[in-house]
Amino acid sequence: MTDLLKLSGVHTHIGRYHILQGIDLTVPQGQVTMLLGRNGAGKTTTLRTIMGLWQASSGEISLGSERIERRATPDIARLGVGYVPESMAVFSDLTVKENLVLAARDGPLDDSQLDWIFGFFPALRRFWLSRAGSLSGGQKQMLSIARAIIEPRKLLLIDEPTKGLAPAIVMALIECLKEIKRKGATILLVEQNFFAARELGDNVLVMDNGTIVHRGEMAALAADVPLQERLLGLSLETHQ
Amino acid sequence: MTELAANDPLPKPKRDIAPVLLPVALALLVIPLIGSTSSWLTLTAASLAMGMMIFIMASGLTLVFGLMDVLNFGHGAFIAVGAYVATLVLAPFAASIQADSLWMNLAVLAPAALLSMAVSGALGLVVERVLILPVYGQHLKQILMTTGGLIVAEQTLYALWGPQIIPMPLPASLRGSFILGDVAIAKYRVLAMLIGLAIFIAIQLVLNRSKLGLLIRAGVENREMVEALGYRIRRLFLGVFMTGSALAGLGGVMWALYREQVHASMSDDLTVLIFIVVIIGGLGSIGGCFIGAILVAMVANYGGFLVPKLALVSNILLMVAILMWRPRGLYAVTSR
Repeated sequence: MTDLLKLSGVHTHIGRYHILQGIDLTVPQGQVTMLLGRNGAGKTTTLRTIMGLWQASSGEISLGSERIERRATPDIARLGVGYVPESMAVFSDLTVKENLVLAARDGPLDDSQLDWIFGFFPALRRFWLSRAGSLSGGQKQMLSIARAIIEPRKLLLIDEPTKGLAPAIVMALIECLKEIKRKGATILLVEQNFFAARELGDNVLVMDNGTIVHRGEMAALAADVPLQERLLGLSLETHQ
Repeated sequence: MTELAANDPLPKPKRDIAPVLLPVALALLVIPLIGSTSSWLTLTAASLAMGMMIFIMASGLTLVFGLMDVLNFGHGAFIAVGAYVATLVLAPFAASIQADSLWMNLAVLAPAALLSMAVSGALGLVVERVLILPVYGQHLKQILMTTGGLIVAEQTLYALWGPQIIPMPLPASLRGSFILGDVAIAKYRVLAMLIGLAIFIAIQLVLNRSKLGLLIRAGVENREMVEALGYRIRRLFLGVFMTGSALAGLGGVMWALYREQVHASMSDDLTVLIFIVVIIGGLGSIGGCFIGAILVAMVANYGGFLVPKLALVSNILLMVAILMWRPRGLYAVTSR
């Protein structure tokens, strides 16, 4: 399996804070890699650094054969990286349709792709002409993910998509992400919901204090309760 | 939000019309205070014309404020430069301007306005690259840089044109008034209203019916996410800054014709009004800016007529009242 994304010795400073302290990780093509860790471990910073929203102070980031650590965010996005931030960041003043029109960079909206998305998130069809700001939290998350997959992307960076959502919506999101995975997408997914992590993840990376402290298969971590407790401070079973 | 069944009709987006009703309510409220219908109509027409000119000058600033988070205290420089550049065209063709032919007047006036917009827009390019670019995200430095830029621009105008006030007479065909019964409405005010309305409609069409407009509206709300979608927002910033500068230049020409004079510090008083309009309209909101400009002009005109002693503070009082009602302005767009 080839690696689509590779970070080698990546350091990121935000102001005087040294957040990422030499990150080494790989994300294999066509797989879902989970990025787990306690709050403040540096997961969101890792995604933002890959996306170019915060500049790496040193180290290398490669997407396929391209070095991207010095590239601007729009250039990284144009290489085929979709980003779903933790805050969802839907454009509240724009309608659902306008949010998706903007995300479809390469031309008009593809009807078949839209139908596929509506299959998972029927609410988006219902609120097509409503302002995104009037959607519920779950619907905003659906829109945020829909925006990232409205066109084919090489790599999806998704930050805690299930945070604060009702269980039924979490299940719908998991099904959607599974379907995206079946289509061959490569995903780096930050998640605190361990049930979702176990359902979706092929591989897992665990972060602590700005470094990767564990890498392996998700199934192996899911089966090893003592390891979970050592790495995450609790077991997956207690956090479903 | 209540979930709808699959076959329910799409809900119509809710429209917030309370701010739109404000100028209407204000205009109706002052009728009994003014007493005379003809005076009320004249004042209302003057308010609308003045409001449109302020809107033209403020519309660029609100987008620059909202989209770029830039406090441009030097916006007034574009207004003055626009007016001075127009004199370069209008002075040599004074005979055509004073000819009693609308087409001959417009043949000089239109190129003068276009040249003013081009020069102000080009000046905007230089200001953005030289003064603003190094201080993005640093409000205090933006204030210092742009205020310094305004002083340099004013002093340069003094050096080039001298300290005297330059007359800028209205074209002959725009002098006088349309008489409707016992009501007289100045022709130039009607033209100002039409131009302001046309620019408002054009901006609204661009913002709401084009992808460029979507990008600007999205950028006002969340610049970072627009970049994460693959759009180079810096270029958009520059385009908006130049357009805002060009509109300020056009507003400068219109204001100079309204006052029939040009001087280097002509924008000093206007800048206060423009900032009030941008703040009460809601940073980045063109609709809010439009209504805010009309409100400011109405308060200035009605207030000046009814309580002249309050005229100086009337717009400050208006701003206080609006912000107490809606702390982020009439139509809040950004979260800033």
